[in-house]
Amino acid sequence: MTTMTYREALRSALRDALRTDERTFLMGEDVGRYGGAFAVSHGLLEEFGPDRVRDTPLSESAFVGAGIGAAINGMRPIVEVMTVNFSMLAMDQVLNNAATLRYMSGGQLNIPLVVRMATGGGRQLGAQHSHSLEGWYAHIPGIVVLSPATVTDARGMLLAALQHPDPVFLFEHATLYATEDDIDEQAGPADISHAAVCREGQHVTLIAYGGSVRKALGAAEELAQQGTHAEVIDLRVLRPLDMETVLASVRKTHRAVVVDEAWRTGSLSAEISARIMEGCFDALDWPVERVCGAEVPAPYAKHMEDASLPQVPEIVETVQEMFV
Amino acid sequence: MTDDEIRAVVLRLLGEIAPEADLEVLDADKRVRDQIDIDSMDALNFLIAIDKELGVDIPEADYPRLATLNAIVRYVSEKRAGR
Amino acid sequence: MAEFLMPILGADMTAGTLVAWRKQPGDRVERGDIIAEVESDKADVEVEIFVTGVLDRILVEPGTKVPVGTPLAIIREEGGAAPPAATAAALPAAAPAPPRRPAPAARPAAEGGRLRISPSARQLAQQLGVDLSGVTGSGPDGRIMRRDIEEAAASTAGALPPVELDRQTRMRQAIAAAMARSAREIPHFHLTTTIDMSRAMAWLSAENARRPVTERLLYGAVLLKAMALALRDVPELNATWSGERVVPNPAIHVGVAISLRQGGLVAPAIHDTDRQSLTELMEKFRDVAQRARAGSLRSSEMSDPTITMTSLGETGAESVFGLIYPPQVALVGFGRVAERAVSIGGQIVSHPVVTATLSADHRVADGHRGSVYLAALERLLQEPSQL
Repeated sequence: MTTMTYREALRSALRDALRTDERTFLMGEDVGRYGGAFAVSHGLLEEFGPDRVRDTPLSESAFVGAGIGAAINGMRPIVEVMTVNFSMLAMDQVLNNAATLRYMSGGQLNIPLVVRMATGGGRQLGAQHSHSLEGWYAHIPGIVVLSPATVTDARGMLLAALQHPDPVFLFEHATLYATEDDIDEQAGPADISHAAVCREGQHVTLIAYGGSVRKALGAAEELAQQGTHAEVIDLRVLRPLDMETVLASVRKTHRAVVVDEAWRTGSLSAEISARIMEGCFDALDWPVERVCGAEVPAPYAKHMEDASLPQVPEIVETVQEMFV
Repeated sequence: MTDDEIRAVVLRLLGEIAPEADLEVLDADKRVRDQIDIDSMDALNFLIAIDKELGVDIPEADYPRLATLNAIVRYVSEKRAGR
Repeated sequence: MAEFLMPILGADMTAGTLVAWRKQPGDRVERGDIIAEVESDKADVEVEIFVTGVLDRILVEPGTKVPVGTPLAIIREEGGAAPPAATAAALPAAAPAPPRRPAPAARPAAEGGRLRISPSARQLAQQLGVDLSGVTGSGPDGRIMRRDIEEAAASTAGALPPVELDRQTRMRQAIAAAMARSAREIPHFHLTTTIDMSRAMAWLSAENARRPVTERLLYGAVLLKAMALALRDVPELNATWSGERVVPNPAIHVGVAISLRQGGLVAPAIHDTDRQSLTELMEKFRDVAQRARAGSLRSSEMSDPTITMTSLGETGAESVFGLIYPPQVALVGFGRVAERAVSIGGQIVSHPVVTATLSADHRVADGHRGSVYLAALERLLQEPSQL
């Protein structure tokens, strides 16, 4: 056991992958000489050389497409798209090639591609650089969408993604890179099918993913002091959603709150709410509540950006209203 | 076993089936089922008990012959003697 | 940790008395073990535990009467994988409900014909047998919440008369409440058919002639098997009515109405009735009748029936138009088997016949489906060797 940051955990997984599988290589903007925009690949170019750690031009559509091509041809590419904001330029590649070629080729083509992206807001990067678009990816059949919220999952889920035969999109909330925790360095690939109950409680279920999990846990801590015991679920996998874990919890607590940093309208929280209603309608003592990003382009000023994102006090208040 | 002993066993078994019945006032020549509340399940349990305690398996065809207490005792007695 | 709760032993039971513990703290319990004896208005019932583990703590002492749903004991469960990456905070054993903020003035729950009630509260009311018309909702816009149902169930228990009535009277009261509720809530319709029993009785006679007395079959067992098998043709009669929907039951557990000596009626379940052989059915029937009269039925037998059968026996009336036990949706009744004149091929002959009546919930079934059921029942009783 050792202590690592989230970014170190990702790096350790990358290193293991590059060492053990010749077909693996990392490709993206600033991943080589710069060591990664978020320092995830720091030192890897020196260790593995320019064939295995490749700096690309500013051309998301091209290098994601190249990654798809490499995967089709038997490589195991890890494509780093700096943030989900820039991935929009590669969306056609993702949707119409990565997600679809296996189906359209009648199974003849496999695309074992891993794409990593930073995501989310809260760091004053302005309206164009603060998006949470995991929900858009989770909408697409044919791909797997992961959202590690812990240091252990950062390493474990990346290792598991590399073993998956279909395209896997791994979303790393930018505020998590510096978080630190204990981790078993020898641990192998993590489960990428199930959500996790990271805190037990019997009065209300809080459902969150990525950067919002810590906020949900913070809210649960505060609520516990008031006598309300919240169960917190870290979704971990956004596609396919593990609704079994969620429904089992809601059947126990009868109340659910989904915390999702993305805009409320058409967000993943809406899908989860619908599925809870479909799956355990009779267990609900209250409508499913959602705490989401405000329906505005992300503000730049700190106090305004903070106000536009789900925060612990807002989650606590939402739960309190459910017990009036 | 004497007839009196058989009668005692039969009365005891009836008492087990219908604990609330007052067997002292049971008319031995009137139909048992007109005097004690016994349904077909009770009757079957009674017959099973007779078989177990007195060793007499009463075929269904003979059921009508066991209407009164005296008839039951007579039947059981004859069957036991016949073996 | 699992909680063992005061069970519901009949649709109208709101409270029960813990009579005796059959296990002590430290004892290992396995799923299916009898853990306690509970007294409801109708019977002393042996209650099974449905988890495996060790009895950790007893919360209620013998002789105490508590509302249905009250935790009675804590079981330390064994086995069960830990959730991934769980940092489970220890749960308080029986945590009180979270604090409530003062509520604005409530609106009546039922307005314009629609009752405002959460789905979970509706389901709980069904389980606890709470009459919704008497419940005030404390949620927004007067919505009835789970806590309102829990309070209603508890306060009804508390409102029992201070004088301890004897078992007979309490059972009468419970039956009265159940039958009144049935009449009030279920739109009954009845269909009858007269079934020629000559083949069945002849077959039974021959069968019993070759069986030792311990294995002889009562004709009631034949009726029971036939009415259970007939449900396969019309499974909606074997369903449960839960508030607004019909919930099908995958298994058929017929509750057999058994009259108790000195009055009173219980209808405990014979599980998987359709799958038992006649010999097995007869054995179970005898066993459950004996235990019913001795007052030692099990809680699962009281709460599991999916449909009820009542037979008036040899001395009963010609036919019975019974009341359905909610939340069941049907009742099959048989009058006495009697010799009657029947017309066979234009000739009048005397055959033993029985009048079978289907009482059914009109929200779930209609005359046509009911007729299909009775026709299946009649058909099955003409081929007794196939039962």
